[in-house]
Amino acid sequence: MDKVIIAENLSLSYKEFETIISKASFSIDAGTFVFITGASGSGKSTLLKSLYGAIEPRAGALMVGGVKMNRISTSKLNFLRRHIGIVFQDYKLIKEWTIEKNVMLPLIISGYTKDISGTQVQKLLGHVKLIHQAGKYPPELSGGEQQRVAMARALAHNPILILADEPTGNLDEYSSEVIWNLLEGANTQLKTTIVVVTHHIPSSIKVPYKHYHIEMGNIHEVS
Amino acid sequence: MKSLKNHISLIIALFTVLFSVQIYVAVDRTISAYENRLKNDYSIIVVSNKALAVTEFKAMDSIIERSEPIATDQVLNRLQGEMTKKNLDLLKLTLPKFYRVYLSRFPTPEEIQKLQKKLEKNPVIERVEGYAQTHDTVYKLMLLFKDVVQIFSIAIAAVTSLLILKEMRLWQFQHAERMSIMALFGAPVWLRSAVLFRLAIVDAIIATIVLCLAFFVIEQYGWMDLLLRTVGISIQLFDFLNDALRSLIIALGVSIILTLTIVIGSEEEE
Ligand SMILES: Nc1ncnc2c1ncn2[C@@H]1O[C@H](COP(=O)(O)OP(=O)(O)O)[C@@H](O)[C@H]1O
Ligand SMILES: [Mg+2]
Repeated sequence: MDKVIIAENLSLSYKEFETIISKASFSIDAGTFVFITGASGSGKSTLLKSLYGAIEPRAGALMVGGVKMNRISTSKLNFLRRHIGIVFQDYKLIKEWTIEKNVMLPLIISGYTKDISGTQVQKLLGHVKLIHQAGKYPPELSGGEQQRVAMARALAHNPILILADEPTGNLDEYSSEVIWNLLEGANTQLKTTIVVVTHHIPSSIKVPYKHYHIEMGNIHEVS
Repeated sequence: MKSLKNHISLIIALFTVLFSVQIYVAVDRTISAYENRLKNDYSIIVVSNKALAVTEFKAMDSIIERSEPIATDQVLNRLQGEMTKKNLDLLKLTLPKFYRVYLSRFPTPEEIQKLQKKLEKNPVIERVEGYAQTHDTVYKLMLLFKDVVQIFSIAIAAVTSLLILKEMRLWQFQHAERMSIMALFGAPVWLRSAVLFRLAIVDAIIATIVLCLAFFVIEQYGWMDLLLRTVGISIQLFDFLNDALRSLIIALGVSIILTLTIVIGSEEEE
């Protein structure tokens, strides 16, 4: 089976003589649903950042989607990111764009025509139950609705990998359910690899998953 | 709609730059038109003991454009009754020749003095009158005017630069978030900043159009023309082809440099 993520003795930090993650080795098969848990400040977001190239490995090797992340070039990173969908804790929607255009972002970047992306966006807005909000702007929506928009955006370009950082951290029950359903759906129907960072694995999860836990800079497999 | 206010301040800033450049150009144009007028009125008198052709004068200094002999016949005619024809012919031969020498441009006082010295060195030439004294005051006044305008436009440029700088920071702040989000989804730099460039280009075009309209109104109203005509000058305050094109290039240049600064400044990302 193809490996989507391979880490070998991966160390991560923001400053030179500090370690957030130390010498982590793990690999994630394509199509796996992965949960990463850990206490607040344990380095979950940091690990996720390394997976989309926002920080470079301090030491060790990291491969994502077959691309070496150590000293990656800007153009290679842009290419990789066009095949990844990310959901952030703080949504990161573009305030001055409509909901519809926000969902369209990955398709705009990949250069799809208005027709194709228009249909795709309508379908996704249906999945996240936000068709009636398509013309609004992010600040006009509730937090839960904004995260559903971000979820739709992460799915828009059929990514090979979805990274989610505490996607339902402080959302209402309904929005959380929509998001978990979509992540599970993408995993089972599209075989998308999913990596979710969370402090609590919801009991409603039905798909088989792998569980890693971060503690004191070490990553170990729980199940 | 929210960003309309920012558009307006950039357009005003660009317009101010264009307007001050245009004023400088117009003043320059006025001064050279005035210089031209002075040049046509201005000549030096050369007295020589030998007839000199125009080509001979031109060979003496490149600034000399043409020369005209001053007719002595009138004086001689008056003497006709009192002198014999033979004496008169003799006088005609010995009388020095007078020339009015015109220059190709309006000279500085130094240029006149240099020219005067140069001509006087010529053994054929007996005397040169450069009228440097009367010429001096007019010219000094003109130079003063030019200096004042220059200082004025530099002051305007300085103030506008500050305005644009302030605008630039605002833009950087407003667009940084969107640009970093686009980067997270793999948008290349040109795509991330395409909107900025589009805005900058649109603003530059609008500023140029506003400038054209402003000068159109000024020319329609006609008081500038009237003012200039009273001092005997007729110039084109704004050339709707060349000046508009230059303004557009300046506006595009300024706004694109501004945008590039923002784009390069927002390279770092989370
Ligand atoms: N941008 C940053 N610069 C420096 N230190 C950071 C930065 N982001 C996070 N950290 C530090 O790294 C550690 C891990 O943070 P983070 O990965 O955000 O934890 P988690 O997501 O598990 O709560 C924390 O001690 C935090 O203070
Ligand atoms: Mg975190």
